[in-house]
Amino acid sequence: MEKIYGINGPVVTVHSAKCFQMMEMVYVGNLRLIGEVIMISDEITTIQVYEDTSGLKIGEPVEGTGGPLCALLGPGILTNIFDGIERPLKDIERKSGAFIAKGVSCDNLDLTKKWDVTLLVKAGDAVRPGQIFAETRETSLILHKSMIPPDAEGTVVWAAENGAYTVAEPLIKVEDKDGNVRDIALAQRWPIKTARPIRQRLAVDRPLLTGQRIIDTMFPVGRGGAAAIPGGFGTGKTMTQHQIAKWSDADIIVYIGCGERGNEMTQVLEEFGELIDPKSGKPLTDRTTLIANTSNMPVAAREASIYTGITLAEYYRDMGYHVAIMADSTSRWAEALREISGRLEEMPAEEGFPAYLPSRLSQFYERAGSVETLSGNNGSVTIIGAVSPQGGDFSEPVTQNTKRFIRCFWALDRSLAYSRHYPAIHWVNSYTEYLDDLGAWYAENVREDFMAVRGRILGILLEESHLLEIVKLIGKDVLPEDQKLSLETAALIREGFLQQNAYHAVDTYVPIEKQYRMMETILYLYDSALRLVKKNIPVSVLTGLGLFEKLSKMKYDIPNDDATAFDAYRREIDEAAETLLTQYEG
Amino acid sequence: MKIQYLSIEEIRGPLIVLENVQDVSYEETVDIRLENGDRRRGKVIMLEGDKAVIQVFEGTGGVSLKNTVSTFTGHPMRLGLSGEILGRTLNGAGAPIDGLGAVYAERYEDVNGASINPVSRQYPRDLIETGISSIDTLMTLIRGQKLPIFSGSGIPHDKLAVKIATGSGLSGGESGKFAIVFAAMGIKNDVADYFKRAFEASGAMDRVVMFLNLANDPIIERIITPRCALTAAEYLAYEKGMHVLVIMTDMTSYAEALRELSSSKGEIPGRKGYPGYLYSDFASLYERAGMIKGKEGSVTQIPILTMPNDDITHPIPDLTGYITEGQIVLDRTLSQNGVFPPISVLGSLSRLMKDGIGENYTRKDHAALSNQLFAAYAKVLDVRSLAGVIGEEELTETDKRYMEFGRRFENEFLAQAENESRAVTESLDLGWKLLAALPVGELTRIDGDLIREFLPKDDKQ
Repeated sequence: MEKIYGINGPVVTVHSAKCFQMMEMVYVGNLRLIGEVIMISDEITTIQVYEDTSGLKIGEPVEGTGGPLCALLGPGILTNIFDGIERPLKDIERKSGAFIAKGVSCDNLDLTKKWDVTLLVKAGDAVRPGQIFAETRETSLILHKSMIPPDAEGTVVWAAENGAYTVAEPLIKVEDKDGNVRDIALAQRWPIKTARPIRQRLAVDRPLLTGQRIIDTMFPVGRGGAAAIPGGFGTGKTMTQHQIAKWSDADIIVYIGCGERGNEMTQVLEEFGELIDPKSGKPLTDRTTLIANTSNMPVAAREASIYTGITLAEYYRDMGYHVAIMADSTSRWAEALREISGRLEEMPAEEGFPAYLPSRLSQFYERAGSVETLSGNNGSVTIIGAVSPQGGDFSEPVTQNTKRFIRCFWALDRSLAYSRHYPAIHWVNSYTEYLDDLGAWYAENVREDFMAVRGRILGILLEESHLLEIVKLIGKDVLPEDQKLSLETAALIREGFLQQNAYHAVDTYVPIEKQYRMMETILYLYDSALRLVKKNIPVSVLTGLGLFEKLSKMKYDIPNDDATAFDAYRREIDEAAETLLTQYEG
Repeated sequence: MKIQYLSIEEIRGPLIVLENVQDVSYEETVDIRLENGDRRRGKVIMLEGDKAVIQVFEGTGGVSLKNTVSTFTGHPMRLGLSGEILGRTLNGAGAPIDGLGAVYAERYEDVNGASINPVSRQYPRDLIETGISSIDTLMTLIRGQKLPIFSGSGIPHDKLAVKIATGSGLSGGESGKFAIVFAAMGIKNDVADYFKRAFEASGAMDRVVMFLNLANDPIIERIITPRCALTAAEYLAYEKGMHVLVIMTDMTSYAEALRELSSSKGEIPGRKGYPGYLYSDFASLYERAGMIKGKEGSVTQIPILTMPNDDITHPIPDLTGYITEGQIVLDRTLSQNGVFPPISVLGSLSRLMKDGIGENYTRKDHAALSNQLFAAYAKVLDVRSLAGVIGEEELTETDKRYMEFGRRFENEFLAQAENESRAVTESLDLGWKLLAALPVGELTRIDGDLIREFLPKDDKQ
């Protein structure tokens, strides 16, 4: 048994290099705190401990487990809430009360609960890695499909009857070609820092619909893609993440609260329990799993939480589900890397972050993807990472390096947030590289001219930001009439379309069809007004009609499922234009 | 008999190094007795082999390598607690300095606390009525929230903190169930006196616990001060069922003490020389606010920090803002114009507000109204900067009305006399009255139904 030689914050050293392997999970001290080997040199093995190290003593034992830190994968993950190393927080609460104690050991999944299992293979069948061999109804929404582990293959020599089993009971025995027999149960382990294998990557060709207008129409993220939401505090990162977690059309949501506020996780727990998924009518928690490693929980586990989350996501992807993972916030994860790196006295790169920050970020974001799984199904993992740049300054290392590995960038803007324009995603600084990949989907599933309409809307907004530069200098009154109209229309787009009220029953989630019709109606008003302006009717007369105000409220006034209401708006625009025209020409 | 160590290997700033130590645990407290009989306390911050690095709270001035007796106490830094702590004044490390003798301790608690399990937290929803229109309407304070005041030197943040602490409904509704814990870190003697007098004047002094680490007190002790204060607060809240308001001032001095310690430990600095773990360190304090399911009390925090050079992107306000549930930002220009409280409306925010207002809490128009006031005031600032270029005369009719709205908003809504307390509904009505000065078409953030119900009729166009 090895003994502790040094302690410095979450970093513990052992005076021996022989007994451990890199990334091995170890138990540290008499309380058996969970740790991981992060460096082995000639004489010293360095371990990062995932729990608070205060009270540890020199000379306490350190015990290796022989394998890396693994997640336990099986039914019972959904609706659950875990800490950064997949310990169920409710179990911890049962064992140590409202405050988290050190060295609490609990099972990752409930080992006593019996699941109703339907076996899909029988004795004599040949099974391949990733093949689905049993099914369990995990929640009302999700059928859990248990797979042959990626490293197992052979012939089934025994299979259990259909019935109720715990996650640990063997369901089948598989004999490989060397004659070794292996038990396979519902639950399997997988090292969190290794990506699960797939058959091949597929093209990203449809969007992850979120019901949020600025995202779905302006800057869509592909299903199986990666997006980042950077923004200073108070700009609405968490709010946007919550909205996507609630309303996106993913099958499974993995929500990682990484180094964020405790009350926010409580809120997610409460709110998601009450919310009903609009498509299935089932509670949203049934498709959600939460990982909460709040800012005051141990920093090393914060680093692990991101990997735990993505491993759970990949597991459900392999069943053929489309998974969206929210990581809030990746900056806190990067800071955990920096803190550990500092304790190891590594040479720092930019702003004290370790030089391997970009490679760790890329390893994480590259685990997103739309794939053909080992079992031949299609599944995907979409990553949406929040970034909390220091001082709201996007030139800092985490934002800059993240930008290299994502293709969709939702830049939150403080001045928009100050004027309570939510979501405060700025249309000039944001971008998406998925447009070309997704254009065909929009043309086929929404409207042929969807991208053209989107382009015109964005064009008006860009024209506005250009015109406002001039207005700042000389005032609005001296602009030509058609430019005044552009400003009015842009204001309408900002207030009536881009702004979305997360607390409004109708506006919180908007189907893509309504999004399109809203844009189309705004452009219809703009085109009609432009014709009138060309006939020398002043813009002030047009805005006096109340049409702009009416359109700015159509997000509330038109129900989400009634697209015909837009026709009435069109008729009203036509009539008003007709009347004005006769007045002015007559 | 505990082992006593009679010599010190090395003294480095606030740190001492002992060698040949045995059976020492990480973060254990150390008693240090100097040659002249002075007693100091320290904490183990690093262990390597038989060497222990100890951080001395009271500083190492006067410590010599020989003839200093160090004893390890066998436990982490603890604070003795009982109900009797109310009304007492303690130093930054929790020792009484009011001449009333030791605090009788019912129990001892580790000052570092433990993280609250997220599933055990109770989501805070109860509003604290402060009587200040801007706070109640636009950035409502919720019981169990951590809402810092971002200020600068020379801005009356202390006055505001006192007004919130003494004037809030916290003390009104359930008297006997509230307490104030005051943690002073590196503030001036005058400021500490001001708070003391203000608490006395409001008759609340016997419900106040003061932890004072003043500007001339040892700097390293400052790091333990908020931890002692929060330990006392947690005890009063979760063991005694009280609603505790913790005022921590000044967090900037705290962070500077942390930086000093970090550099003497030879750590790699992050931004502006602050240690890379400043965020985690702040979080270990701020996250101790909250409510716990099944417990009656609550811990509400109002940390005060002075932004160096009024810069909100400085690491101290920046990292604080990322952890706390909103912020109240004070504005120098408003303060110079005599507006009190000088709250910079646009930069301020309460994240927990949305769940504590509305139909069953305050009034159904609250959310929409506050949203509209924010939007309108943001527009005022735009118009003002435009007026600065082209002159107020040249503004459009609507813009002129915004100018007028802005003036009235600052002078009638933001400003209020120091002893004036407005009920929430009163503040909301005032908001509507001011909005009536704008063309109704500009009120795009409010549903038509609410406008019809609440907008004062006379001014409607």
